[in-house]
Amino acid sequence: MRALRKLTTINWLMIYAVAYMIFLYAPVILLPMFAFNDATIIAFPLSGFTTKWFSALWNTDALHGAVANSALVALITAVISTLLGASAARAAAQYNFPLKRGIIGFIMLPLVLPEIIVAVALLVMLMQLGLSLSLWTVVAGHVLICTPFSIAILSSAFAGMDRSLEEASFDLGENRWGTFRRITLPLIMPGVISSLLITFTISLDEFIIAFFLTGTDVTLPVYIWSQLRFPTKLPSVMALGTILLTVSVVMLILAEWFRRRAARRQGLDAQAGGGII
Amino acid sequence: MTTTLQTNPKTIIDLTDVVKDFGSFQALKGISATIREGEFFSLLGPSGCGKTTLLRLIAGFDHPTTGAIMIDGKPMEGIPANQRPTNMVFQSYAIFPHLSVADNVGYGLKKKKLSKAEIAAEVDKALSMVDLAGYDSRAAHELSGGQRQRVALARALVMRPKVVLLDEPLSALDKKLREQMQHELRALQQSLGITFILVTHDQEEALIMSDRIAVMFEGKIAQLASPEELYRRPATKRVASFIGVMNFLPASVTAQTNKTLSINIPALGNVDVSRSALPIGFFADDLREIGIRPEMLTVLFDPSDTAQNEVTAEVTSNTYYGDMTYYGVLLPGQTTPVTISMRNTAGRSIAKPGSTVRVGWGAESVVLFK
Repeated sequence: MRALRKLTTINWLMIYAVAYMIFLYAPVILLPMFAFNDATIIAFPLSGFTTKWFSALWNTDALHGAVANSALVALITAVISTLLGASAARAAAQYNFPLKRGIIGFIMLPLVLPEIIVAVALLVMLMQLGLSLSLWTVVAGHVLICTPFSIAILSSAFAGMDRSLEEASFDLGENRWGTFRRITLPLIMPGVISSLLITFTISLDEFIIAFFLTGTDVTLPVYIWSQLRFPTKLPSVMALGTILLTVSVVMLILAEWFRRRAARRQGLDAQAGGGII
Repeated sequence: MTTTLQTNPKTIIDLTDVVKDFGSFQALKGISATIREGEFFSLLGPSGCGKTTLLRLIAGFDHPTTGAIMIDGKPMEGIPANQRPTNMVFQSYAIFPHLSVADNVGYGLKKKKLSKAEIAAEVDKALSMVDLAGYDSRAAHELSGGQRQRVALARALVMRPKVVLLDEPLSALDKKLREQMQHELRALQQSLGITFILVTHDQEEALIMSDRIAVMFEGKIAQLASPEELYRRPATKRVASFIGVMNFLPASVTAQTNKTLSINIPALGNVDVSRSALPIGFFADDLREIGIRPEMLTVLFDPSDTAQNEVTAEVTSNTYYGDMTYYGVLLPGQTTPVTISMRNTAGRSIAKPGSTVRVGWGAESVVLFK
């Protein structure tokens, strides 16, 4: 009787969970489905398997430019926000200073601010300053929203690090830079890689800020948006979306793998504490 | 060489009125002491007494607010930890988790411009010193607590420091291993002749290992003395209760000469003690209490047992420890019982609560307090 009741409870929870997953991922699964569908119109029933939309991508020069722009923006964003994130995470994890909570709170705020507000605010500010829009202004906007993620990832890397390790290195005659190079960096390296991968992915996928702040060079999401006006291009967009989806998922899995490795290295429970994904 | 060290020990560390403030909290309130070359010196005190702060000031991780620290005759002001002739064994051991045992031990040697072969030889020597020969290629996480402790020690010793600083190095080990390491550390220190400074809150550990102990309370040194003197002649009631167990009884001076003091202890009777028993800066008129250790009081079981002085008292409790029995005994005119420890011997039964016994004591075992 008790077992039966237990079973029914679990079943309700299961149904809810499955429904939730379908709601969450069904639209995403449609993407590769139509990317390989041999028809211009996005509708069921599917008419046959093709890879021609992928080959069409290969032959679109404007797309290549957008991919190159996005890769450049994402790379620079990843490096800058990881550098800033590492500095802030270290300060937050290991030092005490006045207004620390407030300062860290303000740095983390873009994480919850609606992107459209960030984008419009930045646009207004850049206009006031008389700066022209370019890929660099996109980088600036992306760094603003990526740094909080970087801090969240690296905070756990720093928090898990025994401070006496750095003191021990210093005590053994090493200077501050040598200590950073020989002790600190190797220990937080998995976190750094994880942060680079996640911030790269966020920047690569980001649309609103890129849309508002870019000049004549467009990033990939902005390019995709522009293509949506042409119904015949839709299957190609689906193909492109499929590639982006795959790249993003692979990068996020890699990032999580590195984060867990960092935790294991420091003898912490990899499942517990600090992971944002 | 050894004889000159013993007869005329050189000062290796000189602390002059060292004060350390952390914001409004004063962690050290003026510490002055000299530590001799080649001695095993302990900083003993409860947590928060400033002992670790003092060790970190000597190591160079923190700097005194005021006061001076001299190491090997050189003032240490402005000299960072990486340029001091001291090396630390951390409480957490701070073994570098991404490096092998050999790379951990050889870490500091890489800065010393030694060849790879020289480093390897030094590392091997240090590892065999701590009984870890052959562990070179082990990873940090493959080591037990005791082995980590040894690696941390080897890593400090390989630098040939003038002073080894140990921050509660044994507190994470279990009791058996801790006792073994206490003896090994002491033996190693004696064979190397290097000054060791140990921070500990464990009074037994300090007594076993040290040549001299500084007992610290609230940022001050309460007493600096050899283990024996500390135990036999604690300077204050607080030191006396921190190190071992001490029974306190009200007392007063009834008469005094140049050499002796006549003391009346209502619970035990009258006794004459030598004036030299008075701690420095302590006048006879200040005497309010005396202290006597549990093992200095004897229950006289056999009618033929005698002692210098005797009183009759009532047993209130007994606690059996196997080799020892601890009695609670109510002395005449007292409301709280004193503790008496007796070694158990064959054929002697344990006195029951409520029974009346004779308690013996000697004048030399009496410690005077304000």
